[in-house]
Amino acid sequence: MKIHEYESKIILKEFGVNVPRGMVGYSRSEILDKAAQIGYPNVLKAQILAGGRGKAGGVKLIKNEQEAGEFIDRILGKPLVTKQTGPTGQIVRKIYIQEDVDIRKELYISVLIDREKETPVLIASTEGGVEIEKVAAETPEKIFYEYADPHLGFQRYQFSRMAFKLGFRDELTKEFINFCTGMTQAFFTTDASLIENNPLVITGTGQLVALDAKISLDDNALYRHKNFIALEDKSEKDPLEIEAEKHHLNYIRLDGKVGCMVNGAGLAMATMDIIKHYGGEPANFLDVGGIASSATVANGFRVLLSDKNVKAVLVNIFGGIVRCDRVAKGILEALETMDIDIPIIIRLEGTNAEIARDLLNDSPLKFKVAGSFNEAARLAVAATQNTTGSL
Amino acid sequence: MSILIDKNTRILVQGITGREGAFHTEQMLNDGTRVVGGITPGKGGQKSEHGLPIFNSFREAKEATDATASVIFVPPQFALDAALEAIEAQIELLVCITEGLPTIDMVKIKGALRNSKTRMIGPNCPGVISPGKSKIGIMPGFIHKPGHIGIISRSGTLTYEAVAQVCQAGLGQSTCIGIGGDPIIGSNFVDLLALFEQDPETHGIIIIGEIGGNAEENAADFIKNNLSKPVTAFIAGATAPAGRRMGHAGAIVSGGKGTAADKKNYLRECGIHVVENPAEIGISMKQLI
Repeated sequence: MKIHEYESKIILKEFGVNVPRGMVGYSRSEILDKAAQIGYPNVLKAQILAGGRGKAGGVKLIKNEQEAGEFIDRILGKPLVTKQTGPTGQIVRKIYIQEDVDIRKELYISVLIDREKETPVLIASTEGGVEIEKVAAETPEKIFYEYADPHLGFQRYQFSRMAFKLGFRDELTKEFINFCTGMTQAFFTTDASLIENNPLVITGTGQLVALDAKISLDDNALYRHKNFIALEDKSEKDPLEIEAEKHHLNYIRLDGKVGCMVNGAGLAMATMDIIKHYGGEPANFLDVGGIASSATVANGFRVLLSDKNVKAVLVNIFGGIVRCDRVAKGILEALETMDIDIPIIIRLEGTNAEIARDLLNDSPLKFKVAGSFNEAARLAVAATQNTTGSL
Repeated sequence: MSILIDKNTRILVQGITGREGAFHTEQMLNDGTRVVGGITPGKGGQKSEHGLPIFNSFREAKEATDATASVIFVPPQFALDAALEAIEAQIELLVCITEGLPTIDMVKIKGALRNSKTRMIGPNCPGVISPGKSKIGIMPGFIHKPGHIGIISRSGTLTYEAVAQVCQAGLGQSTCIGIGGDPIIGSNFVDLLALFEQDPETHGIIIIGEIGGNAEENAADFIKNNLSKPVTAFIAGATAPAGRRMGHAGAIVSGGKGTAADKKNYLRECGIHVVENPAEIGISMKQLI
C-alpha cells in the first residue's frame, strides 16, 4: 500500500528523521491560509500516489500569495498526468505546503527488501533528485549498498561505512548515522516494503533533510498496524477495483474487450496471455479464488460487466478439490439471476469436467461451452471481433 | 524415485485442528500420504478427527512420530512462529501453504533456514506431490499420474493446468512442486532443478514462472550450465500492466524489471524451449523428450 508524501513525512518525523516544516491543505482557502503560516517563499506539492510529479508540473517554488493562488487554480481538483499515472492522470485532491529549504547538495537514499539477497538493503547515492534507475544504468559506481542481517538488522558501522563512501566527514557523518538509524527503525517498525528519500539534501547549514519522502507498506503486514489502514487513499483507486475488493475478489481493470474470470492468479495471467496470443486484448485480471462458488461467480460477473468495454466473457476454471460439476452448478445459479446480453464462453477442466460440460450443455441459458483452453480463447476473441456480438 | 517426498515420508500437520488443516489432512490421507500427527498447542494428548495424535509442541511431535516432514496450515499471523519451531526441531522438509505472510517474516525464516537442516517449500503455495506415493499440500491428487516429468511452478491452478496437459499428452509426473507466489520463498527453481537432475526417474522438466523478480533468469543460468535433461518453460504475465501486483505478492513488474518478455528472451538465449501459448505446455514437453 502506497501512502502520500505528507503521511510518509509524519511517520519519518516520529522516528527522528529531519523533514522540512510542512502542512497539507484540501481547499483553496485552506492552502492559502497554511501557505501564509509557513511563510513565503515556499514549495507547493500536489499529493498523488504516483511519482514523476515534479516533471509534470505538480511541484512549484512559490514566491507570494498570488503565485500560490495561480498554482492552486491550475492544479487542485484537476488530473495530473505523470510518467507513472497513465494517460488519464490522477485528480489532485490535496496540496502539501512545505518550507523552502536552502539546498547545498542533493543525494539519494532508500531502504527496501532485496528479493535476490532476501533481506533489507540500504541504498544511497551521491546523485539525488534524478531517477535512481537512470543512475544505476549510467553510473552504477555512484550507488552504494549495505545489507541487513536477517535477524540483527542494520548496524551502526554500516551507516558509518556508507557515510564515508558518500564522501562525508566529521559532523555530517554523525548526522548521516542518525538519519539512517531513524529511517531504518521506521522501516522495521512499520513493516514497510520501501522508504525512499529522493532527494535527501544537505542544507546550507550542513543539515541532512528528507526533502521528498515515499513509503510503501507491506499489505500482508497491515494486520499488525490497524492504524495505517485508514491511510489508504481509495479516491485514487478504480471504483470497480474497490467494489471487487468488497467481495474478496482480486480484480485489476485493463483496457481490452475480453473479460476474464479465472480461479487462481497464475491461471488468470495465463488466460490473459492466451487471449493476447489469439489476437484479442484482455479487459481485466480477475481471480475468484480456489473455490469458485455461485456467490463469488455472481459477484465476479457483476464486476466484470460493469466495465462497458467488455464485449465477451471468458470463464476459465480448473476444478480441483472443488469438482467441476459443482462449479458448473454455481455458474448456472449465478447466470439464472442475471440478464447478460454479451457472449459468454465457459471452459471447465479438471475433476468431473465431462459431467460439468453435460450439465452446462443441457441448460437453456445462453452461453458457449468450450472443449479446450485453446478453443475457449479463440471463441472469446472471435466474439469480440464479431460486430453483431453474437456467437 | 521422485524428489523431496515418497512413500516413506512421515508428515506432521501444523494447524491440524483448523478448518483448512483438518480438511486437507483428510485429503492427504485419501491420497495415501503418511500423515503421522499434528500440532495444536493446548490440545496435546487429544486425537484429531482423523484419529491422529495431537501434540503441544513440534519437538514433542517429532520425537514421538519420527516425522521427516511438516506442513503449515496456520493463519499468516502465526506462520513465522510455526516455521521457526519446525526449523528448530530440524525437520527435513517444511511446506508452508499459508498465504499472506509479511515479507519481513519470510526474511527471518530465510535467516533461520540458512544454517539449518531444513528445506522449505512455500509459503503461499499448493505444496508438493509425488503421484502415487505422497502428497503434502492442497492440490487435487487425482488429476496427477505417476510418470517421468518434473514440474516446478510459482503458481497453483496453472500448475494443475500443466499437470492435466501432461496427462493428456500421455505422460505422468515424478514430482510436482508449487514453490509459491511470494517475493521471498523457501526454495527456488535452482534448488529443485538440481534435485531433478539427480533423479533417474525424471526424464524432462517443466518450469512455470511469472513476472517479478529474477528467479527464472537464475534458473536459466543454472539449466545452461548444469542440466542434461530437456526443459520446457512458460512465463505467465505477458499482458500484465507494470506496477500492479497480479494476485501473487511477488508477481509485479517494478522499475521496468521482471517483465515476461525479458524473462522469455533470457531463457531462450540460454537455449531453453519457451512456449508462448499456455495451452501447449504439455504437448511441448512431449515433443522435447
